[in-house]
Amino acid sequence: MDAIFLQILNGLDKGGAYALIALGLTLVFGTLGVVNFAHGAIFMMGAFCAVTLEKILTLSLRVKDESVTFFDAYKETPYLEVWFGDTGTAIIDWSVPLSIILAIPVMLLIGIVMERSLIRYFYKRPHADQILVTFGLAIVMQELIKAFFGANPIPQGAPDIVAGSAAIGAVFGLGEAVVYPWWRLIYLAFSLVTIGLVFSFLHFTTYGMVVRAGMADRETVELLGINIERRFTIVFGMAAVVAGLAGVMYTPVLPPDYHLGMDFLVLSFVVVVVGGMGSLPGAVLAGFLLGILQSFSSMTEVKDIFPGIDQVIIYLVAVVILLTRPRGLMGRRGVMES
Amino acid sequence: MTNTKIVSPKQDILYMVILSAVVLTMPIWLQPFGAAYPDLMQKFMIFGIFAIGYNILFGLTGYLSFGHAAFLGVGSYTAVWSFKLLSMNVIPALIFGTVLSGLFALAIGFVSLRRSGIYFSILTLAFAQMSYNLAYSVLTPITNGETGLQLTQGDARILDRAAGIQADASLPTPNLFGIEGIGYSGFYICAALMLISFFIYLRIFRSPFGLKLRAIKSNQSRMGYTGYNTRPYLMTAFVISGMYAGLAGSLLAVTDPLAGAERMQWTASGEIVLITILGGVGTLIGPLLGAGVIKYFENILSAFNDTVLVNAFSFLPDWLANGVASVLGLFVGDGWHLTLGLVFMLIVIFLPGGIMEGINRLWRLVSNRSSSSAEDKEKEQPSTKEA
Amino acid sequence: MSETKNILNVSRRTVLKGSAATTGAALIGGTFPMHFIKNAHAQTFRGDPGNASSIKLGFNVPQSGPYADEGADELRAYQLAVKHLNGEGDGGMLNTIKPLELKGNGILGKKVEFVTGDTQTKSDAARASAKRMIEKDNVAMITGGSSSGVAVAVQGLCQEMGVIFMAGLTHSNDTTGKDKKRYGFRHFFNAYMSGQAIAPVLLDEYGAERRAYHLTADYTWGWTQEESIKAATENIGWETVNTVRTPVGAGDFSQYITPVLNSGADVLILNHYGKDMVNSLTQAVQFGLRDKQVNGKNFEVVVPLYSRLMAQGAGDAAKGILGTTNWHWSLQDEGSQAFVKSFGQEYGFPPSQAAHTCYVQTLLYANACEMAGTFAPWEVIKQLEGFEFDGAGNGKTLYRAEDHQCFKDVLVVRGKQEPQSNFDLLEVVKEVPRAQVEYPADMFGGELGPYQV
Repeated sequence: MDAIFLQILNGLDKGGAYALIALGLTLVFGTLGVVNFAHGAIFMMGAFCAVTLEKILTLSLRVKDESVTFFDAYKETPYLEVWFGDTGTAIIDWSVPLSIILAIPVMLLIGIVMERSLIRYFYKRPHADQILVTFGLAIVMQELIKAFFGANPIPQGAPDIVAGSAAIGAVFGLGEAVVYPWWRLIYLAFSLVTIGLVFSFLHFTTYGMVVRAGMADRETVELLGINIERRFTIVFGMAAVVAGLAGVMYTPVLPPDYHLGMDFLVLSFVVVVVGGMGSLPGAVLAGFLLGILQSFSSMTEVKDIFPGIDQVIIYLVAVVILLTRPRGLMGRRGVMES
Repeated sequence: MTNTKIVSPKQDILYMVILSAVVLTMPIWLQPFGAAYPDLMQKFMIFGIFAIGYNILFGLTGYLSFGHAAFLGVGSYTAVWSFKLLSMNVIPALIFGTVLSGLFALAIGFVSLRRSGIYFSILTLAFAQMSYNLAYSVLTPITNGETGLQLTQGDARILDRAAGIQADASLPTPNLFGIEGIGYSGFYICAALMLISFFIYLRIFRSPFGLKLRAIKSNQSRMGYTGYNTRPYLMTAFVISGMYAGLAGSLLAVTDPLAGAERMQWTASGEIVLITILGGVGTLIGPLLGAGVIKYFENILSAFNDTVLVNAFSFLPDWLANGVASVLGLFVGDGWHLTLGLVFMLIVIFLPGGIMEGINRLWRLVSNRSSSSAEDKEKEQPSTKEA
Repeated sequence: MSETKNILNVSRRTVLKGSAATTGAALIGGTFPMHFIKNAHAQTFRGDPGNASSIKLGFNVPQSGPYADEGADELRAYQLAVKHLNGEGDGGMLNTIKPLELKGNGILGKKVEFVTGDTQTKSDAARASAKRMIEKDNVAMITGGSSSGVAVAVQGLCQEMGVIFMAGLTHSNDTTGKDKKRYGFRHFFNAYMSGQAIAPVLLDEYGAERRAYHLTADYTWGWTQEESIKAATENIGWETVNTVRTPVGAGDFSQYITPVLNSGADVLILNHYGKDMVNSLTQAVQFGLRDKQVNGKNFEVVVPLYSRLMAQGAGDAAKGILGTTNWHWSLQDEGSQAFVKSFGQEYGFPPSQAAHTCYVQTLLYANACEMAGTFAPWEVIKQLEGFEFDGAGNGKTLYRAEDHQCFKDVLVVRGKQEPQSNFDLLEVVKEVPRAQVEYPADMFGGELGPYQV
């Protein structure tokens, strides 16, 4: 029972991450009709917003360690600590949540610049061209990050107060061993809230409704005299922000490196397609579904019956779903079928 | 690329002769590019086969498979097992590799072709990734996992032993009745097979079958209305391209008897998509060019290091040479991926039809200059599109 | 068989085999018995510099992919080694390794040059790169790499091609066990040695009454390490609760970590390397494993194969974690000091263990050539086999002839709680003497193969 409860939590947590990445991807595809292979790279850029802020906050007063003779080793004390004492330490401690403030404008900017300077020339081009150009862009982005930050993962800590685990077993009347990291719980909450915000934006604001109308029938909306292209640009920026924030928040779980985006690229596409191309609820549903199935397939009890099932479960589920439901869980007819 | 003009068989033969001449003289004209060594030229040929096979599916029918690397892997594993169990002769290896990949493609195609568009792509991707993940871990008894399947001294090699060929102390080399699969002889084996494959591919392009595949690409429903059942055609194209991939995979094992799981990873599938788009989707020769460019990058650009760069610019003053070297260093050596990414972007932005479009544009530019009459230009255009 | 320049030149072996085929001697396989052919080309070999004034070495390291930083460090070490061999710089370990016949005038009087390539940490790419070095650049030796899969793959190629391979970082038992090759040499330690070295320390620190839970990367290196560590810990009385395989590159390990919480285990052993290790360790600590009390003992995490770059990637999570490593820059012996000094002065920071093993491998190869008086690989191999030396950082070291594995002291290290500087991430807990990690040469099977191919 305890084990199953924990695996459900794991699955939800993973699912939240998948859903967040897939959400942006679907948003871009649904509005602009662009298959964006650089979406993983945007997620990675978000994670590196956190890294950058941490690097800035921990700019350090360096005192040479005299015991080391052959090269210059420094004992580093961040200026923030030197100047502000404990307040400085606290600021550094909170660097990951603080990076959200940095990431929102930066990712919005990256998104808008990307859309205006490159993506918009590819609206009418075949999907193959879109894939090639965005894949090229993804490589360029990750190689630039590698040139600046190296290939090694860079650890990012969650604030001390939430660095440990919550004894949630007691809350749910389960065993004492049922604990779950605070940060993962926060991540789950964060992803639910973000997904909720995106949906509310699209459903309950006029702006969002126009965007959805544009997704359904771009021509008519344009005939009504609405500059739908500008709105789509904003949507692209928004997708970048969602992916970027997902990246920022994921850093304490997964120390980011330059390859992070590629690691998530294929997976996020599978999630989007299983959910149904262009369907936002589908993407979210598929994200959680695949996350939970992946968690359960990793249990020893399951692996004993089906060896190696955890290696292939995602793809297996994708195949089964696509064969039983031709357009994924919630896809519309005629989207991306030819 | 609509290919409306009827090409006479004579022209095709000329085409083949020119291509053969270009390919067979590669060891000479690649010399100045630093690419005239057997392994790289073998790779040009092998990935050329892979790419033209892929083009039969993607270029003609428009079905974007994201899992073709699986067939490459199956071809390689089969070939190595053929070396291990049967004989070091390449013929059984090539036959089994190609046929088994074809069967594998039949199975995957049977399922995947029930869907189209991106759903088809993801289905093929899913099958390839499953193959890769299993080959890397659970299937290790068959694939030898991460290390890759290699030959050993104690292999059975039933046919060889039956023919009384003694294994000596060193590992045997794959060979075609004594012609070794490695080195320059290996290149010529690959080149010959590439030319044969290309000829078949050319025939497919020109055949009514090829025309039907193209019809599927331009409008599948209309094709259906005219009374054609498209599935068998798609299936055939899928299996043929799977067999091309299997042949390429077995040749990889012939030139270097090792089969590793990475060959089946999605990045490998992605590579062949990129090669085809880079060269020019649906063009005859484009995929070959794409394969050449990407393999050249991977092998030559990655080998430039700072020392080489500094030496290359040693004619400049020291500070300038170092500066130039450090800037260029971003793009070569460990930065070769950056160059690759930039090239993808530049080509697809400025030359949507890939390298072939670039060549066509250049050709038109040249022919415009040389002939002032507009009629000539009209005449030239379709025939260059053939290329 | 120098095939690089003359494109019409067909190798002697090919011609003979071809003629054999035409005379109908070998209709099917063509694996013609080649006893007399051997003698016919006994004096020629790949990478022969002939009368050239320089000798070329091939440095095949990961420049892209997850081990790119390690690869970059290996390359730095190689460049340093080349400098020292050519008599530039301060000489580094040239002054400390004994016995050594290198004079700082290159190798056998020929200036050392090098070519580099990217293994991408993929067997295929690594072999393609190695083939380029052999076929195009005519290198006499290939070295480098940061994973066992690549090492075994390239080693196999080098055996077929007849070029010596001095392995870089590779820790699987297979490299000098099941897959050992006459032309392959490994200075780095292996999983079995890790187990033998760390077990007594684990006994001292954590006691004999322990229940261990293994998470293992699901591929050959992971399996050999799991097997070795399991055997060694069971030997000191530990019980193994469970061994779970995790997919390579899983990223999020939560679904493998939560079962540990309820398993009744009080030690988690992570048979992961590189990014997998960074992720699984970070996440295990996040799950509060290390704050846990099980069976009245503190829960502990062990990482059998450790490196400074990985400790850096895991950050705070690595503090206090025990593991083994081949070498560490803080060692105080003469050889280590000389190397850290040259490396530190050249690049401004200390070398990693990967850099150390690569540097030593290059010098050892060069020295063997010098001792043999020729670059002919079969002669060089004979010099390396059974070569015993000191002053390279791990005490008295033996290149065992039977399996080409180096036997030397192994370090047990711990992630430092209070680092004094940005490079001070590991502290050496114990230098386990060589005698304790030795094992019989035939333990892992395998066949070296012939001297001449």
